[in-house]
Amino acid sequence: MIVNELEQKLRPPEIPLKPYPPKVITLANGERMVVREATRDETGVLLETVYPLVGVPKDFYDIVAARLYAEILGWYRHRVANEFVLVGAIDGEIVGIVNSRLVDEKIGMSLHTLTIKRGLRIGAQLFAAKMEYHIEILGQNEVWIVAESPIGFRRWMIEYGLENREHLYPEVRHELGGVPTYVLTRELYFAVKDLKVSGQRPVPEKLLEGSRPLTPPEEYPQIPGYKRSKK
Amino acid sequence: MRKIAITGIGHTVFGNLSDFDLVDIMAYASLDAMEDAGILDKRDIIEQVIVSNMGAGILNHQTGIASSLVSRLGLEPAMAELVENGPASGGSAIKIGFMAIASGFVDVVMVTGGEVMRGVTGWEATDFVATLLHPEAEYNYGLTLPAFGGMYTRMYMEKYGLTEKDLALIAVKDHENGSKNPYAHVKVPCTLEGIFESPDADVVNNPIAEPLRLYGMCPVSDGAASIIMCAADSPKMKYFTQKAPVYIVGVGSATDTHCIHQRENPLELKAVRKSAEMAFKMAGLNPGDISFAELHDAFVILEVAISEEIGFFNRGKAKEAIRRGETRINGRLPLNTSGGLKAKGHPLGATGVSQVHELVKQLRGEAEEGRQVKNPKHGLAVNFGGFGNNVVTIICSKG
Repeated sequence: MIVNELEQKLRPPEIPLKPYPPKVITLANGERMVVREATRDETGVLLETVYPLVGVPKDFYDIVAARLYAEILGWYRHRVANEFVLVGAIDGEIVGIVNSRLVDEKIGMSLHTLTIKRGLRIGAQLFAAKMEYHIEILGQNEVWIVAESPIGFRRWMIEYGLENREHLYPEVRHELGGVPTYVLTRELYFAVKDLKVSGQRPVPEKLLEGSRPLTPPEEYPQIPGYKRSKK
Repeated sequence: MRKIAITGIGHTVFGNLSDFDLVDIMAYASLDAMEDAGILDKRDIIEQVIVSNMGAGILNHQTGIASSLVSRLGLEPAMAELVENGPASGGSAIKIGFMAIASGFVDVVMVTGGEVMRGVTGWEATDFVATLLHPEAEYNYGLTLPAFGGMYTRMYMEKYGLTEKDLALIAVKDHENGSKNPYAHVKVPCTLEGIFESPDADVVNNPIAEPLRLYGMCPVSDGAASIIMCAADSPKMKYFTQKAPVYIVGVGSATDTHCIHQRENPLELKAVRKSAEMAFKMAGLNPGDISFAELHDAFVILEVAISEEIGFFNRGKAKEAIRRGETRINGRLPLNTSGGLKAKGHPLGATGVSQVHELVKQLRGEAEEGRQVKNPKHGLAVNFGGFGNNVVTIICSKG
């Protein structure tokens, strides 16, 4: 794509991001989930994966899916600064997506965590991977986090013991709707790391290759009876 | 004593039902039981409704739920009572229904247990369950049921050589059964590699109350279960022709000290043993006669401890049966064929009723493919309240 001058003006300035080294996590059922960065040329399959959940109100999937859809699109179109998307895949099939962005070199802003395959703590593992990226790989000092569902609140705010920075509003203000902002600091991250962050590196080449190309889920536990039609 | 038949069973899925009203959930299970019994159009033959629940007043801000259920089902003027006996409420409610029929007071009783616990955080739910502990000697020091589970497990492991791998094997077996049970809260199977052997197992199966880990503990669940009982000698039995009856042949219950530190040997579960002895005596059976059992495994260690206490295995020997696969669905003595509390879930007030629901389903030969016990004759359920301070044992047999 040729990017003309006007297009350049529409794009945000970007901080170059160190790549996220892929890892593999053995889940409770013995399946092996590859966690890796998604690339912009995978946007189509990511959106295809997210879209059906826009119509699922239970557990706030609708708002998470709708916002994530827009954020992935914004990332693809270069309309969000410093965004990254991590994907969890089992045999190439997408089972979860997380995204986030950098406010500046030292502060991260967690955006969304979408779990498709339930009951294996995939969301928890992917959220932990996102925090690992911010704190350990990008060397950031803290990550701002909000929750849009009670499940998220329990998983992040309570289980990680995040710092409540509500009282510092508007100086500390997450972009998502102005809801109370909680913060994962480096200190908190390393305090819980052994309990939260898993995964092995390097990912065996064959396994990593198995996560390309990504495929959308054929079924969603959140949508009984849903069956993706074959193209 | 009158012979008592279970003539209908009903169940909701267990899991997160916090969007629904507790009484509606119980009504669903009750209607399911009536439909199973073939009395949806003749429901006025139910004379008494006994509801088992532990937390409606605290968690759902609802009281008087037994009469509310009767009204919701249009069963007026049937008698309505609530039984609250901690996590053994379901077993206790069945026992009281059994006594009501056995005494000749009534002929037909419906027992429905239900709980909605997921409207609060897991920590609040744990705190709520801990209200059954001694308020000054235990609760005030921050003790919870998982804490007792962890301490009990550690002590048992040190004394009898049970290993973390043994605990993981129980979880794998329970999840295997639960994955085939449409009512189970957790339908995802787990593997020994996933929860024990892999380098990620420490995070995937993280410690909760060491040595108990995530896969060693039941989830916090919502749900309801219901059974309908009728005196076998009652003329009202003519209404129950849809399914072959299963009989309650043994019932026992017992209490142990409220405070665990007052027990001479904390590993000994005297109320479990006593309640089982009573039930076996009433049934004229012994442990060797039992084809399968539902044991209250809120923590996987309890499956081990209860199975030994009631005489399935010698003390300290259950681990060998686990390692040999004897407690799996095709083993010599299948345990927790429903997935147990571990995988099916544990909505407190519903649990004891759900256990008996499973006994009936297995004895009728109606369990799903892959989790049906072969030709079962007698099934046993142990519903365990507190940390073993109140326990109900029920034995059911094929007609």
